[in-house]
Amino acid sequence: MRWTWASRPRRRPRVFRKLRRPLERLGHNFIEGIWGIGVMARFFGLVLASSGTSFSRFRLVMREVYFTGVLSLIIIIVSGLFIGMVLGLQGYQTLQRYGATESIGVLVALSLVRELGPVVSAILFAARAGSAITAEIGLMKTTEQLTAMDMMAVSPMARVVAPRFWAGVISMPILALLFSAMGVFGGYLVGVVLIGVDNGAFWSQMQAAVDFRYDVLNGVVKAFVFGIAVSVIATFQGYDAPPTAEGVSRATTRTVVTSALVILALDLVLTAFMLRDDG
Amino acid sequence: MERTTIDLWFGAFVAAGFAALLVLALKVGNLGAERAAKTYNVEVRFDNIGGLKVRGPVRASGVLVGRVADIHFDNQRFQASVKLAMDARYEFPKDSGAAILTSGLLGETYVGIEAGGDEKKLAEGDRIQITQSAVVLEKLIGQFLFSKAQEDAPASAPAGASAKK
Repeated sequence: MRWTWASRPRRRPRVFRKLRRPLERLGHNFIEGIWGIGVMARFFGLVLASSGTSFSRFRLVMREVYFTGVLSLIIIIVSGLFIGMVLGLQGYQTLQRYGATESIGVLVALSLVRELGPVVSAILFAARAGSAITAEIGLMKTTEQLTAMDMMAVSPMARVVAPRFWAGVISMPILALLFSAMGVFGGYLVGVVLIGVDNGAFWSQMQAAVDFRYDVLNGVVKAFVFGIAVSVIATFQGYDAPPTAEGVSRATTRTVVTSALVILALDLVLTAFMLRDDG
Repeated sequence: MERTTIDLWFGAFVAAGFAALLVLALKVGNLGAERAAKTYNVEVRFDNIGGLKVRGPVRASGVLVGRVADIHFDNQRFQASVKLAMDARYEFPKDSGAAILTSGLLGETYVGIEAGGDEKKLAEGDRIQITQSAVVLEKLIGQFLFSKAQEDAPASAPAGASAKK
């Protein structure tokens, strides 16, 4: 029998039927993701628009800086110290082979100030403070405190979300700077005190290689951008969380995971922008 | 939490941040004494600057006496024109020479200043006349191989050939 369009088999092959569900889900997730980006962008705009209160009543922000920034100090300082020490030890192993152990200061300082300082402290910050912000706002929503505020004509955006956002933006660069400084100190402890690299060469080579504007300030800019990203994600996830125990727990997890991914992706983009070609 | 306690912690936190920035700027970075020094600009032309970079060091007898301020290609003379920002504390005779050198085999490229004997000193806008270009390693190896080949060639040739030379 001749094959015609009219006589085509009506039932689609089984493969298609089997593939349909996953494909649908994939498309659904994709559209959901795009939609989420749009909502988050709108949320970001709303936070910025309602941050007037945060600055006219700066004490609100200061209180949040205490909870997000000051209480993160311990973990930031200790991890910075350890990461600097590990960099020193590992760098020494390799540099020793080329007889360039004095460059250990350069290695530690550049990798900390340019990359590890902002990135690792941002990830720690997301895990330590971002998750707390999400859980707090999520629980406030679950227990209808946000609705209650709205009823009393107090904007929860201005009173709850914006101060936490700005606290994150303020804390992040400070934490990253402290992380880098502690890391350099850790590298000094291992390199100079423990291994016995010459003290003068350690610092002078570091100073010759690290440029204030291109390395230190770019690191601060990175930390600032990460601070904005983590704060938006954390407050949004809290605000967006389904008002159930499970919803809040999921939102908290999502804050940490999304923040880590966004930080690393942003880091790639920022590094590509900041690299200069004249060495 | 009491209000004043939070104020105190906030202040300490921000102060710690500034302290860290200061440490990174002065102890780790290069924002130390270097910026404050007064400089005068001197121009040098080189046939080849090798791997010299803007902000690279200028050294005399191994001591840092300035920085490379600007590098551009002179389209009239087909040479590299390098502007050096010399530290005003150091003065050099007008007939000093400049050379592109490398610290160690793989180290950074810098401009070495060799002092001359002139009474007059280099001043803002002067040009250093005596220059020596960068040594291109590939050229050097090429020359070495070439001379080696020339050396070997007569040896393998009949004895008369080498005697003539």
